Amino acid sequence: MYFCNMSITAIQRDIIEEFSMFDDWMERYEYMIALGKSLPLIDSKLKTDENIIRGCQSKVWLHAKLEKKKVVFTADSEAIITKGIIAILIRIFSHQSPKEILEANTEFIDAIGLKEHLSPTRANGLVSMIKQIKMYAIAYQTQQ
Amino acid sequence: MKKNNQNNTLNVLEIRKDFPILERKINGKQLVYFDNAATSQTPQQVIDVISDYYSTYNANIHRGVHQLSQEATDKYEDARQTIQKHFNAKHSHEIIFTSGTTHSINVVAHGFETFLQKKDVLLVSAMEHHSNIVPWQMLCEKTGATMEVIPMNNQGELDMRSYEMLLKLKPKLVFVNHISNALGTINPIDEIINQAHSVGAAVLVDGAQACPHIKSDVQNLDVDFYVTSAHKMCGPTGIGVLYAKEKWLKKLPPYQGGGEMISEVTFEKTSYAGLPHKFEAGTPNVCGGIAFGAAIDYMNAVGFDKIAAYENELLSYATKELLAIEGLKIYGTAKNKTSVISFNIEGVHAYDLGTIIDKLGIAIRTGQHCAQPIMDFYGISGTARASFAFYNTKAEIDQLVTALKKAKAMLC
Repeated sequence: MYFCNMSITAIQRDIIEEFSMFDDWMERYEYMIALGKSLPLIDSKLKTDENIIRGCQSKVWLHAKLEKKKVVFTADSEAIITKGIIAILIRIFSHQSPKEILEANTEFIDAIGLKEHLSPTRANGLVSMIKQIKMYAIAYQTQQ
Repeated sequence: MKKNNQNNTLNVLEIRKDFPILERKINGKQLVYFDNAATSQTPQQVIDVISDYYSTYNANIHRGVHQLSQEATDKYEDARQTIQKHFNAKHSHEIIFTSGTTHSINVVAHGFETFLQKKDVLLVSAMEHHSNIVPWQMLCEKTGATMEVIPMNNQGELDMRSYEMLLKLKPKLVFVNHISNALGTINPIDEIINQAHSVGAAVLVDGAQACPHIKSDVQNLDVDFYVTSAHKMCGPTGIGVLYAKEKWLKKLPPYQGGGEMISEVTFEKTSYAGLPHKFEAGTPNVCGGIAFGAAIDYMNAVGFDKIAAYENELLSYATKELLAIEGLKIYGTAKNKTSVISFNIEGVHAYDLGTIIDKLGIAIRTGQHCAQPIMDFYGISGTARASFAFYNTKAEIDQLVTALKKAKAMLC
């Protein structure tokens, strides 16, 4: 379910539309929790210290590899809401080219009511996660 | 102030009127503030003092000849005396204003560099906040001294037998918190101090968590250093104190150089000012100091005995109600503990719990509580922590329980 053929903008538009169906925070969170639960399990061998993203209150592991010129992300977290956020990020950024990842904006976060998670005090690492995703994209773009 | 009813118990509904923030709505719900161990809320009486300072006599102190400066100096020094009396220090110059507990500990740790030699031993408890670990580690790195850890048991109580054994190493200094911020354990500091003194060790007690619950008597305890922060006891952030026995303050070198802490300055040599100014370089947090005094006055007017009795009632009630939630485990079950409950719900990450119940208007703390060694001891990555103050109610605890059940249902 990686929507490989869709552009980042199109995926973001879809996500915004999905979230617009929810009336309140509870429904939004229930959806994120469901997304978190459906996130494919990461290979435990990838849960290394190297893959830990710093700045998250719950541990977050993010792994990336390049497949057919696209960056493929896998990730995991101890906290389910964080996993939900990860699921959204993976849906948007995984299987995209480094260039597209670097050019993508992150306005969707505000549009789906997750802006509060951007605050550094939330310490769930959404900012760190996006930063790390972009760092991988830079690294792979340089390699190509 | 009509704080107490005829039964000589605390009238919480009257007290709540003093705290305007408790009227706030969070996500459309009435705020339930259970993060008191991180910072306490501020009563109107203290807010008024802060406002009055900036509205009527804001000035730099100790140097000015003008009216405002003298008024500000008088109030600041009055606050020092209020704090001295509260902690029963022998002299007001044994009360050093700092920016808070962390700063206070750093002043002592910095000073001890002159007293320590390679292989000297320092003792630390297993349940310290990072602020009572890191400055000493830095000191050990500089001096070659070593740090030994007083272990704790599964309930979160210090192992006093091991402590006795460790004292045979003849430590130079023992540092321990009065109350653990992560577990709520009240440590037997009088015993710790007496035993340390019997082997010639000095003792620093981190009183940050104790000061909102217990009125400590530093002379009675015979403690060498007692440190705390105003914001844990209804005062503002950015101000705290270092209490130290006069003999230590005379021996310790100054922590920072600057104005205010000098007696004479030439380019060849500076002689330092007397106590307490030797440790108070630069323009201090004048308003903060005055407001700290006001916070202490406020808490004493409410009464520490009544506060302790009421908070114990809240603790027992909350412990019973929380344990009724299936899968909930409390970390820190010491016989002698204060109104702090660290917990986890099986299968739920503390961060998720905190996020969901915040949406329901309830503020708790989640994570490691700046006490990673405690989390490592229990083999957990963190806990949720609800900490209660004398302005909290049983009805609020009921709201917490309902919210946790709701969060659990969503998350499991």
